Amino acid sequence: MALIDLANPTRFAAFVERVLPWLIAATVTAFALGLWGTYLAPDDYQQGATVKIMFIHVPNAWLSMFVWGVMSAAALGTLVWRHPLADVAAKCAAPIGAAFTFLALVTGSLWGRPMWGTYWVWDARLTSVLVLFIMYLALIALWRTVDDPTRAGRAAAVLTLVGAINLPIIKFSVDWWNTLHQPASVFRIGGPTIDLSMLMPLAVMAIAFTLLFIALHLAAMRNEILRRRVRTLMLTQAERAA
Amino acid sequence: MDLGPHAGFIVGAYIIATAVIAGLVVWVTADYAAQKRALTELERRGITRRSAESRPLQIKEPA
Repeated sequence: MALIDLANPTRFAAFVERVLPWLIAATVTAFALGLWGTYLAPDDYQQGATVKIMFIHVPNAWLSMFVWGVMSAAALGTLVWRHPLADVAAKCAAPIGAAFTFLALVTGSLWGRPMWGTYWVWDARLTSVLVLFIMYLALIALWRTVDDPTRAGRAAAVLTLVGAINLPIIKFSVDWWNTLHQPASVFRIGGPTIDLSMLMPLAVMAIAFTLLFIALHLAAMRNEILRRRVRTLMLTQAERAA
Repeated sequence: MDLGPHAGFIVGAYIIATAVIAGLVVWVTADYAAQKRALTELERRGITRRSAESRPLQIKEPA
């Protein structure tokens, strides 16, 4: 099957049916390896066992931005190339991205309370991620407000691209402003500052969460294709009845 | 495994993450079942895609 064939919703749904079992197996395997690595990882010399929250907090924080990046690419697909599956991809990514962002915020708070002495502080990193979460909710609300998927897709694409301005703000907030949140310790010039014994399980957990996102996203896109097919058939039925 | 004095925060974080991921999986699975059920019901009533009768493939899903 050529890649261009996947632009066809029917063929895309068939493709998802074929790859989903393999993706689920890969996701479960990656989580099993990642959690085993998390269990074996040593305690931090300062934070003790609390550092184990990092193995779920950091992948969710990465994915909160990555998913918005995926939605931004899909938004370009909607506005520029009018790709038939672009708005389907954007719509289905939003709830998953919101869930990852929610987890990044909650696990960050649960990590912050014993380490910082507070669940929340209005510093640049935490506030910009909260703004990202609110933007996810706004997008979901927009999709639910407009009944016509094509019109909703265009409006959501514009909002998504405007919201993408927040991504570099989140990434560099710890460098631009004085924040309670620590600066980057993995993706930084000069290499990671985390010991390999913690970096490896963190990387495996990041892969596991990314595979989870891909599996959920593809499954949700297949569902959306079916939903639009049902909508079309119901409209056809209404036309015949009229 | 000794999680130290902050075990509640660590276990809580993992429980919440598990619950949210389980919620996503249930949402996607239930939605798939609902759409398949709706399609089956429409087909049972004789409502099928006109395109499916004449053309097996469609470039763009009608909005």
